[in-house]
Amino acid sequence: MQNSHPSRTTNHEPRTTHHDQLSFHAITKSFFGVKVLKDVTFSVGAGRVVGLVGENGAGKSTLMNLLGGNLRPDAGAMRFNGSDYAPRDPRDARSAGIGFVHQELNLFPNLSIAENLFLDGFPTRGPFIRRGRLRDLAAALLNRAGLDLPPETRVERLSSGERQLVEIARALSFDARLLILDEPTTSLSARECERLFALVGQLRAEGRSLIYISHALGDVLRLCDDVVVLRDGEVVGQRPAGEWDPGRMVSLMVGRELKRLFPERAPPAQRGGPSSEQGGPERGTPLLEVRGVAQPGVVRDISFTLHRSEILGVSGLMGAGRTELARILFGLDPCERGRITLAGEPVAGTPRRRIRSGLALLTESRRDDGLCLEASLADNLALVTLARYARTPLRLLHLGGLRDALAKIREAVRLQPRLASAQPVKTLSGGNQQKVVLAKWLLAEPRVLILDEPTRGIDVGAKFEIYQLIHDLADRGAGVLVISSELEELTGLCDRILVMSHGRITDDLSRAEFDRERILNAALPG
Amino acid sequence: MTFLRQRLLFPALNHATLLLFLGVLAVFGALSPKFFTAANLTNLLVQSSSTAIAGIGMTFVLLTAGVDLSVGAIMFVAAAVAGKLAQGGAPLPVTLAAILAVGLLYGAFNALLITRLRILAFVATLGTLYIGRGLGLWITQTRPMDLPDGFLALGAARWLGVPLPLWILASVLAAAHVTLTRTPFGRRIYAVGNHLEAAKKAGLNTRRLLASVYVLSGLCAAIGGILSLAQLGAVSPTFGANREFSAIAAAVLGGTSLFGGRGAVFPGTLLGALLIQSVENGLVILNADPYLYPLVTSAIIFAAVLADATRNAWLERLGRRRIYHEHG
Repeated sequence: MQNSHPSRTTNHEPRTTHHDQLSFHAITKSFFGVKVLKDVTFSVGAGRVVGLVGENGAGKSTLMNLLGGNLRPDAGAMRFNGSDYAPRDPRDARSAGIGFVHQELNLFPNLSIAENLFLDGFPTRGPFIRRGRLRDLAAALLNRAGLDLPPETRVERLSSGERQLVEIARALSFDARLLILDEPTTSLSARECERLFALVGQLRAEGRSLIYISHALGDVLRLCDDVVVLRDGEVVGQRPAGEWDPGRMVSLMVGRELKRLFPERAPPAQRGGPSSEQGGPERGTPLLEVRGVAQPGVVRDISFTLHRSEILGVSGLMGAGRTELARILFGLDPCERGRITLAGEPVAGTPRRRIRSGLALLTESRRDDGLCLEASLADNLALVTLARYARTPLRLLHLGGLRDALAKIREAVRLQPRLASAQPVKTLSGGNQQKVVLAKWLLAEPRVLILDEPTRGIDVGAKFEIYQLIHDLADRGAGVLVISSELEELTGLCDRILVMSHGRITDDLSRAEFDRERILNAALPG
Repeated sequence: MTFLRQRLLFPALNHATLLLFLGVLAVFGALSPKFFTAANLTNLLVQSSSTAIAGIGMTFVLLTAGVDLSVGAIMFVAAAVAGKLAQGGAPLPVTLAAILAVGLLYGAFNALLITRLRILAFVATLGTLYIGRGLGLWITQTRPMDLPDGFLALGAARWLGVPLPLWILASVLAAAHVTLTRTPFGRRIYAVGNHLEAAKKAGLNTRRLLASVYVLSGLCAAIGGILSLAQLGAVSPTFGANREFSAIAAAVLGGTSLFGGRGAVFPGTLLGALLIQSVENGLVILNADPYLYPLVTSAIIFAAVLADATRNAWLERLGRRRIYHEHG
C-alpha cells in the first residue's frame, strides 16, 4: 500500500489494504457532551492481528462497544467483510461473524463447558439435546482452542485462563471471522499466556482477523502485525509492529499537554502540620503504617507509610490489586499476614471499628456502595456520624445539632443551597453525588481517608472542587490515600505515588521524581 | 482442621438434606414401630406428593432467581372453580381439566405481570396471592364445598398396586427432571438464573424463558391442588393457604438456591418434600402435641438452610478474585 506522507506518524487517512476485514471511518462518539472518540479511522486487514493500545479512558472500550452493537456512533461508519456494518445489538455482531472475548467473562459457571459453547444452538433430536453429538462438537472446538478438558466439566471448576480459552472456543463455534481479545492476559499465568499466544497465531494462520487490546506492550509487539495507538479518543499512531518499540508506544500513549486542572499545592515546607519544619513528607510523622500485608492470590508484600498531611497516590492498571488493597485496609476483606497501625495503634476488626479509630473509605462506585440512592441528601450525609447526635438516656437524635452540622458541611463542600436536604440523592448529578459521599466522611473527621477513584465520571469543575477538599483535609493534618486510574490526576494531586502491578508495589516516587513513562513502565506487567 | 473441613464437613454440608432425612427416619423408626410399616411409608409418599409437585414448579421459578408466592392461591381458585362446576353437575374429567386450565391461566397472568409489565416477581405474585384468595372466597361464598365422591376415589385408586397419586408424582417428576437436564429449554433456565445479562448477550430469548417458568409453576400448583382435593374431598375457605411456603421449603431443602442457577428437582425437591412430610407423619404417629409440628418443621428447615449458607460462604471464599498466580 501507498503512504504519501511517510514522515507523518499520526495519520488520519485510512490505511487500506486490498483485503480489509473491518474498517472504521471517521467514528465519533460523545457522552454528555464529552467527545470520547474523535474521527477514529483505521482498518484491520484479513488475516492480520491488530494491537490496540492506549491509557485507561483513551476510548478503547467505547470503540469495542460500538463494534459489538452495545453503543451506536454519533457519526462515521463501519464496514465489515466488504459491506456496511451497523449493529444494533450483540446478536447482530455475532451473526455478522464478530466474536468478543471479554475481560469480564460472560460464561455461566453453573453449566458445563459444552453447554456454554452451544447455549443458543444445542444440537437436538425432537425436544431433547443430543448429548453425544454435543460432546463431540464441543470436544472438537476445545481441541482447536487447545483446551484439553472433558466438555462436561463445569465452568466453575476452570481457572481464569481456561475460561478465556472457552470464550475463544465459543467464538469459533459460530466461525467468527474477527475476534476481539480485550485484555486477555490480565488474569493468566505465564503458561496460560503461552497457550493463548499459540492460539492467536493459529487463528491468524486460518485467515481470521484479530483485534488485540492490551497494556502488555511486549506481548502486543510480539503478537501483532499492526499497532494502533489511541489517546483521548483519537488515533495518534498506526503502523506495522516492526516499526514500533515499547518506548515510542508509551510516549505516544501519554504524550499530552498538562492543563491546569489542579489547585495549587504548596510545597510541604510551607504547609501546616508537624512535617513543616523537616521540609519533606518523608520526614513527617508517620500516620498509617502498613507492613508486609499479604493475602494469597490478591496482594503480596505490601509495605508503605502514609504520613500526616500527605497525599499519597496509588497508580496501576485495572486488576493490579489497588481496590483490593483499599478493602483490606478498611477491613472489608481479610488479610492473612501483615500489620497495619494508625498513629502507632494496631488497626484491626470490622470497618465499624476502623471508622471509630479514624479510617474512612470512599469506594470506587458511588452508586453501588457509596450512597443509599433512594435516601435523602441529609440521610446520606449523616449516615456515618448519626450516633454522635444521639443523646442519652433514650438515644434520641438531637435534630437541631444534626441540622447545624449538616448545614456546615454542605457549605464546606459547596453543595448548592438550592438542593433540598430531603431530595433523594439519586436525583443529583454525579459531581454532587460525589460531594455528598465525601462530605459524609469529612463529617467523621477521619485521620486517614482512602479515596478509590474519587473523580470517576464527574465534570472538570466538580473535580477541581474535590481536589481542593482533599488538599484542605491534608492541610488539617490527615493522611490521604488516592487510588486513581488517571495518571494525570495522581501527578497533579499527590505528594508521592506508589505504583502497583500484579498485587505488589513496584515503584515509589516522590513528587520530584514524577514521570509518566516511569509510572507506566512500573505498572505494566512483567 | 483443613482435612476435617474438606473431607468431612464439606461433603456433609453438600448432602445436609439427605443426612437430615435419614436422621429423621432413624429417630422416628426408633421411637415408633409403626413408622417403618409399608402402609405408613406408602401413606407418607402419597401425602407428600402434592407438596412435591408444587415444589417442582417452584424449583423452575427459583432456578431463574424468581419466586412464586401465589401457589397456594392458585390451588384455592382452581378448587373453588372445580367445586362450582361439580355442583352444577359437570363430569369429573371436565372439572379436572378446568382446574388445570385455571392453573395455566393464573401462571400466564403472573408471567404477564413479571415479564411484560416488569413488576418484581415477589411483588407481582404477592399481589396475585391476595387476588386469588379473594377470588376463591367470592366464588365459594366463604362456605366449605363438598366435592363429588369421584375425587376421593381418585386418591384411593391404584394401578398395578401403586396409588394413583404416586403415578402422577412420578410422571411429573420424570418430565421435570428430563426437561431440566436434557432439553435446551432446561439448560437455558440455569443460564438465565445464573446471569440474566450474560444470557441476553448469549442471544437467548430471556423474556420467554422467564414467562414459561411461571406458567409451569401455575400448572404444577393446579396438579398439586388436585392431589390435595383427592385426599380431602372438600374445599374449605383455607384450602391451599400457605402452601407456597411448603413448596419453597421443599425446593430450598433440596438444594435449590434462592439466588437462581443452582438446584434440581431430582433428588433435590423430592427429598425436601419427603423430609417435610416425614416429620409431620412421624409426629402424628408419636401422638405429639399438634402445636409442636410447625416448631419441629421449622427447626429442620432452619438446619438445612444454615448448612446451605455455610457452604455458600465457603464457596465464595474459595472463588474470590485472584490478582496474581503463585507461579505467574
